[in-house]
Amino acid sequence: MKARHQRLMAIGLVLVGLGLGTTFLLRAMNENILFYYSPSQVAAGEPPEGRRFRVGGLVVNGSVDRVPGDLEVHFVLTDNAKTVPVVYSGILPDLFREGQGIIAHGEMTQDGSFRADEVLAKHDENYMPPEVEDSLKQVHGGSET
Amino acid sequence: MWTWIHKLGSPPHFYRIATRLTPWFGWAALLLIVAGIYGGLYVAPTDYQQLDGFRIIYVHVPSASLSLFIYVNMALAAAVGLVWRIKLAHAIAAACAPIGASFTFLALATGSIWAKPMWGTWWVWDARLTSELVLLFLYFGYMALRAAIDDENRADRASALLAIIGVINVPIIKYSVDWWNTLHQPATLSKLGKPSMDPDMLIWLLMMLAGFMCFFAAVVLTRARAEVLLRARDQRWVRQALEGR
Repeated sequence: MKARHQRLMAIGLVLVGLGLGTTFLLRAMNENILFYYSPSQVAAGEPPEGRRFRVGGLVVNGSVDRVPGDLEVHFVLTDNAKTVPVVYSGILPDLFREGQGIIAHGEMTQDGSFRADEVLAKHDENYMPPEVEDSLKQVHGGSET
Repeated sequence: MWTWIHKLGSPPHFYRIATRLTPWFGWAALLLIVAGIYGGLYVAPTDYQQLDGFRIIYVHVPSASLSLFIYVNMALAAAVGLVWRIKLAHAIAAACAPIGASFTFLALATGSIWAKPMWGTWWVWDARLTSELVLLFLYFGYMALRAAIDDENRADRASALLAIIGVINVPIIKYSVDWWNTLHQPATLSKLGKPSMDPDMLIWLLMMLAGFMCFFAAVVLTRARAEVLLRARDQRWVRQALEGR
């Protein structure tokens, strides 16, 4: 075996070893890398109790309820299986709207609702002009009726 | 084939070819980027949700792609240099690092500016953002390691090893949005099949990407030429090449 083949082998082995090590490490830490829990996971009691965590889901249509004269807003998050009611007081991001993906950071309260002190809007990977979105909606609405 | 590759590995030959190629890439980059920016900022329609705010994608996505592409290039060049003991390959790897670091910074900065109004925060520690930040530190570490070792050969070998080990981070960045729940959205481009972007918007993004690629080619060739000259500063062909201009 020539010296350069040995070096090539050594680099290959280092990469394979590191790759395996990193895979196991990341698998072991999977829980901590998750940025948010879904409402189903919350309902199943997966988030750590008594600790702050994030819950992510879609804002249920018609669930947004603003308290007049105050920043406080109530809404419900869903993953189309379970729901979590959220209370938040503060400025909402631009992309916040009904049907939008939202991530709220806070903790569960005694009455089973989620008290958030930070609300982030999750954007999806789709980009299109407003006209396209309108026609998509029409096609979608047409097929539903 | 092999003689051609061996010839390319010789610094004077590489210097000549690089000198000839650089202006082509430079002009192509200028044309593509100017056209891409005009198209992206004026011609492309607004987004249905973000309105004009989405237009930062025309800098953000090409920068982020390039930050990964350049790292892979750098690690490949470093591996070739390490295995075949080709000094030119080390010179190219060294030339890549600051460019890659700049694009990584640009991707992080433009992403942050976009994230404040859209997500509602400048920064979150989700898997995509954190791994991209690690990439920036890998570039910094590579450059610092090179700068810290005076002996050229030892600097080449030590930094090459760091570059190769850091490659592990590249698939983590790329697939972080698929493997974990992240705040960052999944890839718009580079999915097999249909991209999730309207063609009228997409064409300018692809143009910017091609322009950034050409820009990288022009800059890396220029930097590699300087690096080659510096390393061969007491050889005769360098004096001839510089006097012959």
